[in-house]
Amino acid sequence: MALLQISEPGQTAAPHQRKLAVGIDLGTTNSLVATVRSGEALPLADQNGIKMLPSVVQYQQDNIVVGYNALEQAEADPENTIISVKRFMGRSLDDVLTTYPELPYQFEGDSANLSRIKTRQGNKSPIEVSADILSALKQRAEHSLGDELQGVVITVPAYFDDAQRQGTKDAARIAGLKVLRLLNEPTAAAIAYGLDSKQEGEIAVYDLGGGTFDISILKLEKGVFEVLSTGGDSALGGDDFDQAIVNWIKVQAELNQVLSSRERRVLKEQAKKAKEALSDADSTQIQFKLDNQTQIELTLSLAEFNQMALPLVQKTIIACRRALKDAQLKAGEIKDVVLVGGSTRVPLVREKVAEFFGQQPLSSINPDEVVAVGASIQADILVGNKPDSDMVLLDVTPLSLGIETMGGLTEKIISRNTTIPVAKAQEFTTFKDGQTAMAIHVVQGERELVKDCRSLARFELRDIPPMAAGAAHIRVTFQVDADGLLSVTAMEKSTGVQASIQVKPSYGLEEEEILSMLKSSIDNAQEDVEARRFAEQTVEAARMIESLGNALKADGHLLDEKSRQTLSNELEVLHQLTLQNDAEAIKKQIEKIDQLSQDFAALRMDQSIKLALKGQQVDEI
Amino acid sequence: MNYFELFNFEVGYDLDVKQLADRYRQLQRAFHPDQYASGSESERLLAVKKSAQINDAFSTLKSPVARAEYLLAMAGIELSHETKTLQDPVFLMQQMEYREHLEDIQQMSDPLNAIMEFEQTLEQEQSALQQAISAQLQNKDFDAAANSVRKLKFMIKLNSELERLEDQIAD
Repeated sequence: MALLQISEPGQTAAPHQRKLAVGIDLGTTNSLVATVRSGEALPLADQNGIKMLPSVVQYQQDNIVVGYNALEQAEADPENTIISVKRFMGRSLDDVLTTYPELPYQFEGDSANLSRIKTRQGNKSPIEVSADILSALKQRAEHSLGDELQGVVITVPAYFDDAQRQGTKDAARIAGLKVLRLLNEPTAAAIAYGLDSKQEGEIAVYDLGGGTFDISILKLEKGVFEVLSTGGDSALGGDDFDQAIVNWIKVQAELNQVLSSRERRVLKEQAKKAKEALSDADSTQIQFKLDNQTQIELTLSLAEFNQMALPLVQKTIIACRRALKDAQLKAGEIKDVVLVGGSTRVPLVREKVAEFFGQQPLSSINPDEVVAVGASIQADILVGNKPDSDMVLLDVTPLSLGIETMGGLTEKIISRNTTIPVAKAQEFTTFKDGQTAMAIHVVQGERELVKDCRSLARFELRDIPPMAAGAAHIRVTFQVDADGLLSVTAMEKSTGVQASIQVKPSYGLEEEEILSMLKSSIDNAQEDVEARRFAEQTVEAARMIESLGNALKADGHLLDEKSRQTLSNELEVLHQLTLQNDAEAIKKQIEKIDQLSQDFAALRMDQSIKLALKGQQVDEI
Repeated sequence: MNYFELFNFEVGYDLDVKQLADRYRQLQRAFHPDQYASGSESERLLAVKKSAQINDAFSTLKSPVARAEYLLAMAGIELSHETKTLQDPVFLMQQMEYREHLEDIQQMSDPLNAIMEFEQTLEQEQSALQQAISAQLQNKDFDAAANSVRKLKFMIKLNSELERLEDQIAD
């Protein structure tokens, strides 16, 4: 049902002031982009009126094709047509090959590094392929909305680890998008439903997509969405149902020979079609031709399909039980169950979910669109179109974060399901006289042994002042921000010297690689690099002049006369710079003001803590 | 600003958990980094730090053990990483009996009922310990309070083992 938005005069930005922001569901199988227009959150369609964009990229000789047109080419050009790339995000080549042994792609690179796919346009990392999908969605949105986007919210599975999240954010950067927030898919679905019904209580979001399964237990109360726990499997989804049918076909049709790329593709399509047909039929026909023209005809009954789907569905139910336990709830205490993802159309899934939670799950919003819709609502708020919104999203870390200690053991620093943002400090010491550097290996996972966890990054602390062994106390702070991304800072305690940190993401891109991709993506778009930079900096400057200007007006009394004057003067200098044509000078001035205003920002925050609590006291009465 | 000040509570062991949760949401509504999504770089960094501090404060104040440990740390007694053992033969003997009882439960004719009864016993023990901690902290008898916290930790550990057993039997 569409929601009409009625607002107080003066509370909603006038239409011409509305900032354009979209929510993007970057899915394994399909992607969508949605936006809020006239108070209604809706997915945006392409020129043919189609909303879903298959997450498929074909690298032609001089062209990059995304979506249905790429999917059509998949059979003819399997090696250059990348399907469901999200499965490879943040994964090592070894990992990818073990999990998906039947891929038609040629991979390149070191087995322990981020996988790269060999295409006729060169080697492509999953991050670059994702960036191409995001670019297509960006184009669609800007074409449809008629102007440049100010920001996006991109959804990720709640179970995504740091490397996968960072990869998604890097992909957005390469596509030239400003990420306001990475949002967990189930949270996005809850937002879509929450705004409709304004309910309070605990809900479960069961999200079975093409390639990932997520279960999240959320608490909705007074405009606050709190994730109590999450669980799932980042390598379980509708594709596995298809694969089970493919295996069944192979056995039934006695296909023991090595299949060609085309045959594999046809088999997969047939399996998918059969699965979809069984959503509202008791049996379905499977018909196709092998390369040698042999016609294969089979009948698959729902009962047979259920039998092969059962172990997969059961895996999801076990994850549901664990998530409930983490949230310290019983199945009967869940008020509503929300279904997300096309694979929840499988009848056995609905049956088993209903059985486990003891109630019929909700599915009134299209399960393929609900995530993008929720993301667009959040994007609209974050970009500043709804200043009176009091919605807050409190997410948790999906996996424990730890470091490698002696003997290949992990020591947990931040445990699973801790509310983010979070910062935890750990002290280290040197074990050699005069030691000036130290290596720290950060891992994510629940297991005792480092080799059973996922390697996140290796940090090297340098510039530790030389001291006797054990005398240096290095305090390392691990901080996870609201997007679930880790950053690390370190300081030697006795001297106060900051140790510098070099990050080597285990399965990601390094900063220089991203910058060069960014450059080449701009080259490809044949934009004027300088003009684009200038436009970006001018927008940034305007943002700063507005927000700091307002802050000075409201809270200038927190500063002494001299500091206040300095800030005002520097803002005026910034304003003058935007009238000239020098992006670099604007950038420098922004950095300068940012530096100068740090104390002011801290003072304002302390003041608002007191105000927030005063407000609270009034609320409590 | 200590955690009690942050949440505008009097420093002390007893606090209203519902009020704590309300104030927590109020604070996050004001300081979560999402509120600064279009703010300056330093504002955003500051918000992440502040919001992380509010989260840490909330999880500390919410937990009966962490809250007591925090109050003891304010009084100069560090408990969280100690290796000191509890010297209380009567209490330890009782713990051994409880553990034996835990092992026996599996063989009982109605283990789930036995678990429920045992849960109630442990709950009473825990709330008695919490009352003791509250009184001891109020009287500034920090050594006694520290001992009660150590005992509470034993009880909580026992409780989680009981929960694990319950899951095992339920499966």
